[in-house]
Amino acid sequence: MKNKLLPVFITSIFIIIFIIFYKSLQDTNIYIPQKKINKEIPLFSADLFSSSKKINSTELFISDKFYLLNIWSSWCVPCRQEHPLLMNLAKNKKIEIIGINYKDNKVKAQSFLDELGNPYKNIIFDKEGVNAIEWGAYGVPESFLIHNGMIIDKYIGPLNKELIKKIKLIIE
Amino acid sequence: MKILKLLFIIFFIFSFNHLKADHMDVQNKITKNLRCLICQGQSVYDSDSEFANSLKVLVENKLNDGLSESQIYEYLKDKYGEWILYDPELNKNTYILWLLPVLIFLIGGAIISKSFIIKKK
Repeated sequence: MKNKLLPVFITSIFIIIFIIFYKSLQDTNIYIPQKKINKEIPLFSADLFSSSKKINSTELFISDKFYLLNIWSSWCVPCRQEHPLLMNLAKNKKIEIIGINYKDNKVKAQSFLDELGNPYKNIIFDKEGVNAIEWGAYGVPESFLIHNGMIIDKYIGPLNKELIKKIKLIIE
Repeated sequence: MKILKLLFIIFFIFSFNHLKADHMDVQNKITKNLRCLICQGQSVYDSDSEFANSLKVLVENKLNDGLSESQIYEYLKDKYGEWILYDPELNKNTYILWLLPVLIFLIGGAIISKSFIIKKK
């Protein structure tokens, strides 16, 4: 009886291991970033782009309006592509766009805005990229839709017409 | 007396250097256990990407703020999820990962010891 039990036991262990490996084979090995939404906005103080003043994150999102926090940089090519869409979105009165200027040179960032326009109500100057990490960002460009102090959606990569439509639908 | 003062100053400076070295050790230990999420198979410590460099500065700032190693892990787990840690914690998603090797080791040990007992008989 004991001798019969052992092969059954070993076979069942092999079957379990096979199932685990077989299931893992079907999983994608391409990393998809987690979208951590429906969270409160992070608390931090940051430098403003326009002056050397410091501002608290809570002071930027005080009203019950919708906010779009956009992480951008003058050296980022996809940021140039999404910029006209942000300029268009900034015309909507129900939303305010806040920028985080990520690891940039102030002069170059300013000439970027002079050339393409400034859709931002306020810009945070994130010289070391630490503020972007506070938001759980991976790089530039990245945008967060905020309402009542909560992150309600996150867009990794450049915004496109479909995403802008989606944002407009949410805020209307 | 002057020599005594000088010795005291030297001791004071060196004790701070020691603190800084400890600080760097912890910072390196933490960044080696953090996965660079936009790189392929590199830790934050090894990577020179913008994301990794920002994380290195953040870890340094958090250590200066007095946060412990586990508090920094918790903070980053909250931002980016469990995937950012190379050394995953024991929870409902990782218990197979942690317990299966122990289980296989115990079963293997039991089989070997049993076969020895049978042979002895």
